[in-house]
Amino acid sequence: MKSHQAIAELLDEPACEHNHKSKSGCAKPKPGASAGGCAFDGAQIALLPIVDVAHIVHGPIACAGSSWDNRGTRSSGPDLYRRGLTTDLTEQDIIMGRSEKRLFHAIKQAVESFQPPAVFIYNTCVPALIGDDIEAVCKAAAERFGVPVVPVDCAGFYGTKNMGNRIAGDAMVKYVVGSREPDPLPPAAGQLGLPVHDVNLIGEYNIAGELWHVLPLLDELGLRVLCTLSGDARFREVQSMHRAKVNMMVCSKAMLNVARKLEKQYGTPWFEGSFYGIADTSQALRDFARLIGDADLSARTEALIAREEARIQQALQPWKARLDGKRVLLNTGGVKSWSVVSALQDLGLVVVATGTKKSTEEDKARIRELMGEDALMLDDVSPKKLLQVVKDCHCDILIAGGRNLYTALKAKLPFLDINQEREFGYAGYQGMLELVRQLALTIESPVWEAVRAPAPWRAAAVDCPGKAARAEG
Amino acid sequence: MSEVIRRNKALSVNPLKASQPVGAALATLGFDRAIPMLHGSQGCTAFAKVYFVRHFREPIPLQTTAMDQTSSIMGADDNVIEGLHTIAEKSAPALITVLTTGLSETQGSDVKRCVKEFRAKYPAYNHIAVVAVNTPDFFGCLETGYAATLVEIIDELVPAATGGKPGTRPRQVNVLAGSFLTPGDLEHLRDVIEWFGLQPVFVPDVSDSLDGHLTDGEYSPVTVGGTAVAALATLGDAAATLVIGASLYKAADVLAKRSGVPDHRFDHLYGLHANDALMTALAAISGNPVPARVERQRAQLQDAMVDTHFMLGMLRVAIAADPDLLNAWAQLIHEMGGAVVAAVSAGYSPLLNTLPTAQVKLGDLEDLENLAREANAELLIGNSHAVQSAQRLGLPILRCGFPLYDLVGGYQKTFIGYAGARQSLFDLANLCLSHHQHHEIPVYRSIFSQKPAGEAYDYPLEAKPHDAHPTFAHC
Repeated sequence: MKSHQAIAELLDEPACEHNHKSKSGCAKPKPGASAGGCAFDGAQIALLPIVDVAHIVHGPIACAGSSWDNRGTRSSGPDLYRRGLTTDLTEQDIIMGRSEKRLFHAIKQAVESFQPPAVFIYNTCVPALIGDDIEAVCKAAAERFGVPVVPVDCAGFYGTKNMGNRIAGDAMVKYVVGSREPDPLPPAAGQLGLPVHDVNLIGEYNIAGELWHVLPLLDELGLRVLCTLSGDARFREVQSMHRAKVNMMVCSKAMLNVARKLEKQYGTPWFEGSFYGIADTSQALRDFARLIGDADLSARTEALIAREEARIQQALQPWKARLDGKRVLLNTGGVKSWSVVSALQDLGLVVVATGTKKSTEEDKARIRELMGEDALMLDDVSPKKLLQVVKDCHCDILIAGGRNLYTALKAKLPFLDINQEREFGYAGYQGMLELVRQLALTIESPVWEAVRAPAPWRAAAVDCPGKAARAEG
Repeated sequence: MSEVIRRNKALSVNPLKASQPVGAALATLGFDRAIPMLHGSQGCTAFAKVYFVRHFREPIPLQTTAMDQTSSIMGADDNVIEGLHTIAEKSAPALITVLTTGLSETQGSDVKRCVKEFRAKYPAYNHIAVVAVNTPDFFGCLETGYAATLVEIIDELVPAATGGKPGTRPRQVNVLAGSFLTPGDLEHLRDVIEWFGLQPVFVPDVSDSLDGHLTDGEYSPVTVGGTAVAALATLGDAAATLVIGASLYKAADVLAKRSGVPDHRFDHLYGLHANDALMTALAAISGNPVPARVERQRAQLQDAMVDTHFMLGMLRVAIAADPDLLNAWAQLIHEMGGAVVAAVSAGYSPLLNTLPTAQVKLGDLEDLENLAREANAELLIGNSHAVQSAQRLGLPILRCGFPLYDLVGGYQKTFIGYAGARQSLFDLANLCLSHHQHHEIPVYRSIFSQKPAGEAYDYPLEAKPHDAHPTFAHC
């Protein structure tokens, strides 16, 4: 189990704006009024997209049993990450103190069955509470089986999902990053005649494969992504992260500690950016060039941006006419609200309100800048409140995370899922086309009229006395 | 509104169309103790029999006049009379239909006269209903053969109205059931009608004969179950007639004229709006409110519509079927915000002009395949023969219509009603989910990638060349 001090250290994230503000994203959850996951959940989702690792959840069944294989992250190769692996502890294991032994054998089985390049062990509440020393087990197993075994000590009670993200990032920096030098550049790279710069993308999960909308652009600019933490990543890529010239924190504060620690240990500069929306995608590309400080790269970046923006604007034109003036209530959860706001405004939609539960003061200032001073910002994003705002503001659509999906649908309201479980990728320029398609699909769907209208016999009952007459007869 | 494109090629490749005699036989098989006799060569019957056996996985009573070379040239009237006599003597059926084929029609056989001659020669069998129908296979399709048979059966066996009879059985509702309705559909429709406190008489009722039920009797040369021929005499007493399927409107005209019973016509019963119309009609006929369980099923369908619109909205669907079934699916897809991008019909019907799609092709499954490919369809709806097209196109297929031979229990699936529509939406959406590739982002591997060299390039995903700027079919 992590010490109190270790947890306090994790809570203190100097690079995070939340650290200084009264509204902290790492605030204690309130009993009876909390939604969202635990530290284990956060750690698991942060690292599961490393696709060739055997991810073993050490605990009784509830932790892995309810959560395995439920993310939309995609792999270009192995699918080991989709296998649910857990020690599935029993009552006897816990009472008799056999859980460490079971873990050791579980690692052996995983190594023999799947020959993974590494095994990650996720600690959960019960073994943390009974005092399993998973670090020692991992060390012993790594020596015995000759495969790196990484402890991710992320018992649920340590904190929120956000905390779990940090624990995961911390484990990578502590145990994995720096354990291998990057590959030499492939011969094909030399033929491009371009200088190649190494970068990392941190906090990008390749949901629905959306990273693949962005990678071709980076290739064209001569930016080698050493590692994406963690979408479509391989263990050996994580190992080489320390050699990047620039790190990009993608759209999330969850793994800020990774960027900060890599800066501290290896001097790597980093920036926060997003691949959602045209403006933000362009800005991210510019920031790479800016931090690398290569004038030629900057010029090539501008040329690419000009070409891509012109292309996508043209492709979006017919959709914009269809979406123009549609009113949106946005509740983004983890994704930066303002980033999505500007993407939606690009498309001609009117964002009437946005959830700001997880936003910092800086985020809010940005939102005011985009939406105007009287922008409606919602700190209370309970389903009830969201639906009330939808009604009051005559919204055409609710854009939110998957957990609000069925709330919206029950209220007979068009909905777009922008959370991790979604099936469509919206990143990069190309992702905007999928976004407009999904927006139009739900907003224009004939089902809303069909489900909002009363049954014909009910409609008739209101203005026709026939039903009463029949009842008498 | 849609434009109907006629057949424009010499060769039919992978036919969609099943013949009129097959449809006529199907209509006959929906009557109790009935047997169709195809007036043609033995093959006409054998093929039709195998067709139904494979579809229903049931023994199918079907006989033939077994025209040979001599009778084909010299006249086969005797074959009809002898065939009727043999069946009447051996099997004691309640109904025999004499269905012509391309062979007997080309020969110029007058089957109605043959039946008269049979009556004159064998008056002992006057209690057996015999109905002759012209169903050449060089015209129409399964649906029209089925409809033509009902026209003749009603004309022959429903007594002409004597005035004032309609409504003397105030709970009775006649149901003219179209060929696209499965035994499962009819069972559900029966339940719904009964929930309103009404008693349906289906004409015909394949749910009582071809629903796949075991009986005590080991073998029967005629149908076991189906509409009793005697029940046809009561149609004129009913409170109302429901007509399901535009192909039966002519039969409905004949029934209305003979019986004087008012009818309610429905092109189909797929989806919310069609069933709203049905329930409204049943409430009016019965004077009862819509039952709570129907309201519940409606609410369940609405929830399913909302849940599945993410998959079915803008979905590009290709459909091949006979006109009524084609229309039913097209309307359901349209109701969900999907697009029918390829529609192929086995035969013509005026209904085709009203489909919610630009064009309807009268054609075959090759047409379906080509149209679906050209239009970037994402899902097919068709019979088991269309499966190979779906495989070549790499698309999921929802099986329906005739024949369904690679599916056990396909004949029993329920598509109509709120409940059936709900299941259809689930099935369509699940096909989309399990074939989720049209909007998948192609795998891209960086030219600088550090991924292990030995790794399969795009396992476990579909092999797909990456286009730096994929153009989506839907743009």
